[in-house]
Amino acid sequence: MDDLLGAIQSAIRLMLTLDPDLIEIVALSFEVALLGLGLAALVGLPLGAALALFRFPGHNLAVVAMNALMGLPPVVVGLFVYLLLSRSGPLGSLGWLFTAKAMILAQFLLVLPIIAALTRQVVADLAQEYDEQLRSLGVGPARAIPTLLWDGRYQLVTTLLAGFGRAIGEVGAVLVVGGNIAHVSRVMTTAITLETSRGDLSLALALGIILLLMSLLVSAAATFASRLAATIDG
Amino acid sequence: MVIPTLARLCRAAIVTALVALSMNGERTLAGDPPFITLASTTSTENSGLLAYLTPKFREVTGIDVRVVAVGTGQALRMGRSGDADVVLVHDRASEDAFVAAGYGIERRDVMYNDFVILGPRDDPASIRETSNAPRALAKLAEGRHTFLSRGDDSGTHKAEMRLWALAEVDPRPASGTWYRETGSGMGATLNTASAMNAYTLSDRGTWLSFRNRGDLEILVEGDPPLNNPYGAILVNPERHPHVKAELGRKFVEWLVSDAGQKAIDDFRIDGQQLFFSNRNAEK
Repeated sequence: MDDLLGAIQSAIRLMLTLDPDLIEIVALSFEVALLGLGLAALVGLPLGAALALFRFPGHNLAVVAMNALMGLPPVVVGLFVYLLLSRSGPLGSLGWLFTAKAMILAQFLLVLPIIAALTRQVVADLAQEYDEQLRSLGVGPARAIPTLLWDGRYQLVTTLLAGFGRAIGEVGAVLVVGGNIAHVSRVMTTAITLETSRGDLSLALALGIILLLMSLLVSAAATFASRLAATIDG
Repeated sequence: MVIPTLARLCRAAIVTALVALSMNGERTLAGDPPFITLASTTSTENSGLLAYLTPKFREVTGIDVRVVAVGTGQALRMGRSGDADVVLVHDRASEDAFVAAGYGIERRDVMYNDFVILGPRDDPASIRETSNAPRALAKLAEGRHTFLSRGDDSGTHKAEMRLWALAEVDPRPASGTWYRETGSGMGATLNTASAMNAYTLSDRGTWLSFRNRGDLEILVEGDPPLNNPYGAILVNPERHPHVKAELGRKFVEWLVSDAGQKAIDDFRIDGQQLFFSNRNAEK
């Protein structure tokens, strides 16, 4: 009980004093998660739409695989990226291990299946709905991709938020590839892990509360923006 | 009208993201001071020792030390694959093997602290009366009292296995019953021990800086087999040409210099000294 109250108190104190270490950690958390998400969206949105619109041999297998990959354990992705970027690995010469770039790469891989799989569902539903129209206009699947992605943009905001939630909240991958180095690769989740291992449970929980509030802010902003856009669109 | 505006916004966001990403690259390439990567153990990081030492080193040399805190076993593996420039670990046997295999060079004794056996205050196994660590462990095995092992190939885990060998008890067949392997770092294991009111082995540094102690306290300490020496090894640049041998050597040399040794002795938590520089050991 003391730990819970202490956590709320330290969360408030950390936020009010704008603790510089905390700001740095929060900023890096968002930088890594948003860049990982942005890259995953760049690839995942068209990939998901293509999976919804094109039929090819092994299509069902690809869909099942993409859905299954949504459950990728972060620590496995972390290990994979670690071995890739290790100096003894194939991409070791890049020198990315234990930097933010390694963390962005890991989160890109983690978020990509989520974006692609959920986008595929959204676009497949829309394609069914507009099937006749698209056909009567003679629009092929390749040209339908941008049209349907644009049409599904409000549902896709939720898709992006799901991806963001995965990225900002996971610790397994970023801990392994980032190394939780102070001022270099320490993010909210790895800082929480560190404080837990130091037995400072209330500080760990306080950081968790702040992380939750930040995610809430992002989710609210995205929801508000898409509502606003929907109103303007009519 | 609105649709093109939104599309433009999206494009702007993507461009911003890419620009930020490329800037991120530049920042780490050009803007940062020179740095080395140090693979070290959770005991030195969780206790706050390295956070205390590395700014002092930076002051003198301008070199940043990026610390990745893992177990001794993993730290040596990082050195072997060239992912660290220097390792600072505590298991003499595997350190010597590391150097003998040519993965590391110039091993130096840096400091030591000691392990302590922790347990619940009421001490149901009554090991408090013995100052002999192996005998204390033998008593735990005899009475089947819950003992938490790191079980993670760390320096502490290896020290624990040596103590069991001295006690002439093999606890591994009992794993899952009274002998529990957490497979986690020292902090996580202490959290578990505190919640289960179990016995465990910890380095003194991590224990002193640990906050969530519950009912645990030190029951056995001061026995010579509980001594815990730390060594620093430079990763062999002949095996991994990218290793920053010159900067890494500066760090190792600083650690064993008068200034470094004094800094180690000066580090205190709640007035207690956690690590003892090696200049005291040689007597």
